[in-house]
Amino acid sequence: MSEQSGATVSAQAVGPTGPGLIHRLRSTEIRNLGLIAVLTVLAVVGAVTSENFLTSDNLRNILVSSSVIGVVTVGATFVIIGGGIDLSVGALVALASVWATTVATQSYGPWMMVLCALLVGAGAGLVNGLLIAYGRLVPFIVTLAMLVSARGLAAKLSDNRTQIVTQDSIKQIARADLVGVPVMVLVLAVVAAIGWALLNRTTFGRRTFAIGGNAEAARLAGIDVRRTTAQLYMLSGTCCGIAAVMMMARTTTGSSTHGGLFELDAIAAVIIGGTLLTGGRGTLIGSILGVLVFTMITNIFILNNLATEVQNIAKGLIIVGAVLLQRRATRENLP
Amino acid sequence: MDSPLNRRRLLFGAGALGAGALITACTGNSADSDSDAPTAAIVGAAGGDNDKPGQAVTIGFSAPAADHGWIGAITSNARAQADKYSDVTLESVEGSNDVNQQISQVETLISKKVNALVILPYDGKALTEVGIKAMEAGIQVINLDRVFSSPRGARAWIGGDNYGMGAAAGRYIAEQMKAKGVQNPVIAEIQGIANLPLTQDRSRGFREALAAAGFKVSNRVSAEFTVESGQQVTSNLLQAARKLDAVWNHDDDQGIGVLAAIDQAKRSEFLMVGGAGSRNAMELIKADSGVLKATVTYPPSMASSAIRLARLVAQGKGMSDLVEREIPASITLASATVTKENVDDYLPLGFAS
Repeated sequence: MSEQSGATVSAQAVGPTGPGLIHRLRSTEIRNLGLIAVLTVLAVVGAVTSENFLTSDNLRNILVSSSVIGVVTVGATFVIIGGGIDLSVGALVALASVWATTVATQSYGPWMMVLCALLVGAGAGLVNGLLIAYGRLVPFIVTLAMLVSARGLAAKLSDNRTQIVTQDSIKQIARADLVGVPVMVLVLAVVAAIGWALLNRTTFGRRTFAIGGNAEAARLAGIDVRRTTAQLYMLSGTCCGIAAVMMMARTTTGSSTHGGLFELDAIAAVIIGGTLLTGGRGTLIGSILGVLVFTMITNIFILNNLATEVQNIAKGLIIVGAVLLQRRATRENLP
Repeated sequence: MDSPLNRRRLLFGAGALGAGALITACTGNSADSDSDAPTAAIVGAAGGDNDKPGQAVTIGFSAPAADHGWIGAITSNARAQADKYSDVTLESVEGSNDVNQQISQVETLISKKVNALVILPYDGKALTEVGIKAMEAGIQVINLDRVFSSPRGARAWIGGDNYGMGAAAGRYIAEQMKAKGVQNPVIAEIQGIANLPLTQDRSRGFREALAAAGFKVSNRVSAEFTVESGQQVTSNLLQAARKLDAVWNHDDDQGIGVLAAIDQAKRSEFLMVGGAGSRNAMELIKADSGVLKATVTYPPSMASSAIRLARLVAQGKGMSDLVEREIPASITLASATVTKENVDDYLPLGFAS
């Protein structure tokens, strides 16, 4: 018992090593299983309270509504595991969607729109990353400033109008199915899979855990903390660019009002998924499960015609409950 | 060891520059060669003795920030109408959704001693005091749309009929349901921001018009006048209601999102009515290719009318079609129902989203 907890502690501090790996996996999997249990309970509640819940249409709807915020959450997971925080994700989605739907961009065709959205997201993320890593500014402040200025820039570029998407192939992304699965869900699956592989199977992922766990120790171990931090924010920004393309498809518009409060939803999903806000530990699967928990709750409320205000109160209670449960689980593992 | 690092830096820098150049090329937003009708402001036909140039007047203008199409149309209509008159100088201030800021801006206009003031307050109750202050300073105030809490705050109020808008939508849907012979139709309502008095008035009008025909609203959801929220609540509504006969969406701006959700869910068994009267919605009604069959107007052309009223009252004139020599104290604009039959008449009045 103490061997297991000791291994867990050392795994937390530096990153997974030999024998600690198995024990660390076990506690992570326990947490993920807990989330799956929550999802199952919600599914039962949903099925009992509404006969429309277990239909394939509705389940498909839940997955599609999770797709945009899910992609954003993948990026946010990386940033938070790395010990930072990104408050600007919603604003970056808005900015990328506006930039990609200007008359000029749309005249170059759908591929240019996609490329533009990705570049804007990556570029803004890079600005965040450089200021935080090399400028040594606090992530909260930098991303807060980016949040405000990105929305302002989006409003300026769009002249406060809603820009309508004229390229049909972009709109098709939200309408079409590939091998029976909606394209939006496929994009989320691909992004999540790549994210998982990056986090758990590459040295980049290892470095992220190391920096989040103990930045000074990581630096002394020879990791270029500043460069990796900048890369993390750029990754988050790129995810926002991808989400912007999905948003453009789903709403058929680009607007400075898109992505409202995305940062709160993403951070909440990441926390529920088991990632520590202080960094150094977390899973991507947990974050995706966290997103699913929230969208399922929203769906159940809508099916039962309940007010949005009650939904938000419920969300708040669930976040608090999840964090409390996490702390209890962590305390049980420690000696 | 330096060389590969320098090369990498060079490549990265070049890549960044290239990407920057690429996206800077993508910021142009002028639609000069567009086939779409340009976003022409609505200024109404000139004519009558009242439009002849008279005494030079200065009119102040204050409205909320143009963060959605309807308010944007209000601001551009007011400016365009003022431009049409050679005897009018318009002093307009930057739009703001912050009540304190709007109060300060109006006080600035008061100290500039304008002859008349057109105000669309972000919140009618909060701006009433400064309206009273302007009136006591001898400035004629025209209160646009969101009404002050005291009649002392303005010389005249002009605005739309929210209750009438809902009632018009209700009547149209009731007629259509009766014409199709539908018993117990399933009718859904997509509101805007639920806690605004104007939304509640619209819903009340809708409910009462339906009740007069013996129908009721089966599903009501609320969005936030934005495209994203419209899309989200509609996709959930379509899940909750497997079969619908009619839908009324309060606002055509959020209607873009509503229509996107309907398209993505591939549902078309119902008819949809919009609200406010955007050009986009009217073009869809004219094309008649989807579920949108009608819209009930809440015209932002009221800003042009407000400027005209301000000019008249500042020059001491009345409205030419009325017998009285003074302009009325309160004008409620009617809500028109635009369908495929009359859409060509209303298309010039449609505002850009």
